[in-house]
Amino acid sequence: MNIRPDYAAIVQWVPQQSKVLDLGCGDGTLLKLLEEKCSASGYGVEIDDANVLACLRNNVNVIQMNLETGLAGFDAQSFDYVILSLTLQAVRHTELMLREMARVGKQGIVTFPNFGYWNHRWQIARGRMPVSDDLPYQWFDTPNIHLCTLADFEDLCTQCGMRVLQRLVLSDGKPVNALPNLRGQLAVYRFEAAQK
Amino acid sequence: MANDLTSASTSVGIVAPQRAHFAQPLALKGGATLNQFDLAYETYGALNADKSNAILVCHALNASHHVAGVYADDPKNLGWWDNIIGPGKPVDTNKFFVIGVNNLGGCHGSTGPASINPASGKPYGASFPVVTVEDWVAAHARLADHLGIKKFAAVMGGSLGGMQALQWTMQFPDRVGHALVIAAAPTLSAQNIAFNEVARQAIVTDPDFHGGDFYAHNVIPKRGLRLARMIGHITYLSDDAMMEKFGRALRDGKLNYSFDVDFEVESYLRYQGDKFSEYFDANTYLRITKALDYFDPALEFNGDLAAALAHTKAGFFIASFTSDWRFSPARSKEIVKALLQNKRQVSYAEIDAPHGHDAFLLDDARYHNMVAAYLDGVFAEISN
Repeated sequence: MNIRPDYAAIVQWVPQQSKVLDLGCGDGTLLKLLEEKCSASGYGVEIDDANVLACLRNNVNVIQMNLETGLAGFDAQSFDYVILSLTLQAVRHTELMLREMARVGKQGIVTFPNFGYWNHRWQIARGRMPVSDDLPYQWFDTPNIHLCTLADFEDLCTQCGMRVLQRLVLSDGKPVNALPNLRGQLAVYRFEAAQK
Repeated sequence: MANDLTSASTSVGIVAPQRAHFAQPLALKGGATLNQFDLAYETYGALNADKSNAILVCHALNASHHVAGVYADDPKNLGWWDNIIGPGKPVDTNKFFVIGVNNLGGCHGSTGPASINPASGKPYGASFPVVTVEDWVAAHARLADHLGIKKFAAVMGGSLGGMQALQWTMQFPDRVGHALVIAAAPTLSAQNIAFNEVARQAIVTDPDFHGGDFYAHNVIPKRGLRLARMIGHITYLSDDAMMEKFGRALRDGKLNYSFDVDFEVESYLRYQGDKFSEYFDANTYLRITKALDYFDPALEFNGDLAAALAHTKAGFFIASFTSDWRFSPARSKEIVKALLQNKRQVSYAEIDAPHGHDAFLLDDARYHNMVAAYLDGVFAEISN
């Protein structure tokens, strides 16, 4: 089975026996991976009925709720990692989400498609909204309302009082070291609240 | 492998109720002791060799041990949760041994206020003690012993039945693999208690109630029971569901300018009330509503539900329905939060259904598929 590249990175980063909370967990694939590879335990959060059912079929703990209303059901610092994979760009209250992640988790992990990727820039230079493997939607039907570049995200982290602990930028599933904001398709960040 | 709910889903067919007698006294939470008692129950499916595949189904306010199938002499009397239990159904009787039991104090075969008190040779009536959810669970455990079941694969129920499933995990943590707690709450709200009190007042102020000893007078406090059922029924439905079902439709096609039935909804409530008053025991109704009012597992823990659930070992499936205002999703979320605080295995489904509290009894594919998926996991666990 091909593991999604941001999942592969997360599995590398999460230590054994961690307690994890996966926000927007989809069908529970990442939680299942973390359980199998890292002996991690935890919960997924999902709003979609079909995904909740898929999680139950995958034997993954899932809590059906709307992320946008915050994480009031979860106690402060009750997880080692709170994960938001390829969901940040579709979240309405982005700042609140980052703050809630840092409140509930000792650390947060976020993955998102890099809007600054050269191919996206090229399409805009030609006068079109970008459509790519990472951003497969047309402008009028996209759920992605808060797209950002690596630089934008890092600014927001600073503004919200988050310290970035680790960053991995990927292109075609391989790490990008030079000119990441231009050459990277997918960003994976690990962060924590600068002041606990 | 998930259940295929579209094909080969059938009924358990003809079933027969059974009775078990318990001669050991049962000390009740309220201080009284029942020296002996009977429980009426039904079973569906087969108990496996290591007796690990049993599911206990707990009933809500007015239901019974007749959970699935029909009786040979009464083929229209379908079990109250037949749509979810049977071969190929979400609670799959090809895999599980499913038990329905009538609660102590009930009026469908288990010892209750209408039963003959062996000490006096007369119905218990008013002298039948107040029972609690804890007492029911203690009685269920006797039935489990009787059937040789050390640990249930799952205990499940909706509404008050969900409260019993939750209580099972606290009272007998080693005897419950999983609990399915559906459309339930960790306590009743003041509004819930208020509705129950109106229902009880309707019964106890009926002149035919005779302080609970109406059996000797050969009467039934029908008026009280009717009112109790009518008010209860209103709380089980959502405003939208009632509007959808009845609207302002008139029974006779015109307004009568009288105090008899004008609207269909009035006719429906009267019918439901009449039907109920013919089969349900007034003393049982009082006791069941009191058991609901008293249920408060956090009480002994200074209101801390997480502390009450700290010793549980089960996995949990909690479900609520968005239009249920009697036991709203917020109440189920209190249970979920307390379980999360204890790092328990828990999944929570909030099903967007318009039918109100009664949704837990209805055949909704999203809800039923989730129960099926959860129980598939339970079955895989006990099969390992």
